[in-house]
Amino acid sequence: MNHTLIKYLAISCLLLLLTACSNDSQESVDPRAITGQLTLTGSSTIAPLIGEMAKRFEQTHPDTRVDVQTGGSSRGVADARRGTADIGMVSRALNEEEGDLTAYPIALDGVAMILHRDNPLTVLSAEQIIAIYTGKVTHWNEIGGADAPITVVNKAEGRSTLELFLSYFQLRNEDIKPSIIIGDNQQGIRTVAADPNAIGYVSIGTAAYEASRGTAIKALPMEGVEATLENVRNGAFPLSRPLHLVTLGTAEQIPALARTFIEYAASAEVSDLTEAQYFVPLTH
Amino acid sequence: MSRSRTDVPLLWTLRAVAALAGAITLLIVAFLILEAWPALQSPGIAHFLTDSSWFPASTAPQFNLLPMVVGTLVATLGAMLLATPLGVAAALFSRFYAPPVVATWFRRLLELLAGIPSVVYGFWGLVVLTPLIRQWAPPGQSLLAAILILSLMILPTIALLSETALRSIPRAYLQGAASLGLSRWATVIGVALPAARTGIASSILLAAGRAIGETMAVLMVAGNIVQVPDSLFAPVRTLTANIALELGYALEGHRAALFVSGLILLVLILLLVSLSRWIMREELNVTAGIEPYNEEARAPHG
Repeated sequence: MNHTLIKYLAISCLLLLLTACSNDSQESVDPRAITGQLTLTGSSTIAPLIGEMAKRFEQTHPDTRVDVQTGGSSRGVADARRGTADIGMVSRALNEEEGDLTAYPIALDGVAMILHRDNPLTVLSAEQIIAIYTGKVTHWNEIGGADAPITVVNKAEGRSTLELFLSYFQLRNEDIKPSIIIGDNQQGIRTVAADPNAIGYVSIGTAAYEASRGTAIKALPMEGVEATLENVRNGAFPLSRPLHLVTLGTAEQIPALARTFIEYAASAEVSDLTEAQYFVPLTH
Repeated sequence: MSRSRTDVPLLWTLRAVAALAGAITLLIVAFLILEAWPALQSPGIAHFLTDSSWFPASTAPQFNLLPMVVGTLVATLGAMLLATPLGVAAALFSRFYAPPVVATWFRRLLELLAGIPSVVYGFWGLVVLTPLIRQWAPPGQSLLAAILILSLMILPTIALLSETALRSIPRAYLQGAASLGLSRWATVIGVALPAARTGIASSILLAAGRAIGETMAVLMVAGNIVQVPDSLFAPVRTLTANIALELGYALEGHRAALFVSGLILLVLILLLVSLSRWIMREELNVTAGIEPYNEEARAPHG
């Protein structure tokens, strides 16, 4: 009898201690105090990035397991609501019907239209870009450029840059008449740099980096805003979008593990991973 | 048949290793079918052949793989047409015409060519070859570029293996030809080539297998537009390039559709292997008992 009572007391004490620990640990987190499993689902744009962050998180927080699954932003919203996932990944701003969720920005995604450096044109309007990509304009001289056919470089299906490009210009992939389809940003840069008549688009981080290294490309301003990382970060550049983690309820209502991970994902500790995937970190 | 005691562990080790290799192959095939299954159920096989185009991720997805099957076959066939005469000629030169020192260095060069990673070929194609073609007919990234790069990549395979096949012709054949007073050219055409037919044919088929499976180099120079090419200068997408371009970002139905392209690729390779076996059998029957089995005629490639 006595024995069981002592056991109960001991266990309750331990539990109390543990909860106290996790409550106090908001400011200076002892990594070993954070334990458990975390599931994230949603946007296939964010998933590879979160996957890398999760690997590093598991190393610094040894008693945790972070599971990352894709399925699109809408799945991220749905799973966070249903509780199937602790955190949803959503590669857009939340809309009005999603007020029950709290969104935490972790990075920004920006796309720059690029031309070959020797192309005399320095500005293209949205209408011109749409006309070029839908095949209504096929030669540069139709819009004041050289007398040469336009090489339209498009991205392969499923890429986040393609998705952002299409949604910004309100195009469907079926409407685009590409001359060349490329995979990653590097291939896009190489293709445009090798062809004076090419137009393409790549992640802004890649474009800025390559242009600064003297690669023969130039990034076009959009709506009069220069395509720079700074303009993506301050929200001025139109062809960009926030990458969000979302949870049901506010930061105070969610478990310590989820809160710690969200803070971690937005911190400078992982900004190198963000940059490695051609996204723009929120902070330097 | 009595076996010595020491043979038994060796026998079972070999059996286990062989079983493992076989099991892995079967597992890969099973995995492919399993992953492709959802797409074979819905939208169903017919869609992969009759849909109007390939937009697997749009709201009304379309799954026509036929242009990519054509692209793969045309690029491979073109590369074989170009690389076979060059490769066999290189082998003949090295075996019958080049002085020994030159032949040795020539072979080393070919081995080097065979050892260059495909992504290097692709990069070279992207920055050197396609701009050259573009000056002629834009956009430059095209079926022609794919064929040229593939030819360059399979040329050493054909040349080195054909050379080995020529080298393993029984000495008596060549001595017989010499004693008949045949010229070198007549010996090559009348004796050496017919005797090495099997080896040369298998080198060509092996090269074809490499060409069908090549991914990175083709992806970088072919332009990757999903269409049945109407000219040598039109961009094409091959099945392998399709998988490499889209798999990392594909979800559910799209992903399953990509595994269907993998299955089709597997079927193409199976056809190729059967074809090569059929050719070998025919040839082996003709020369049974004379043709020495040649260990070296095996591929150095993975």
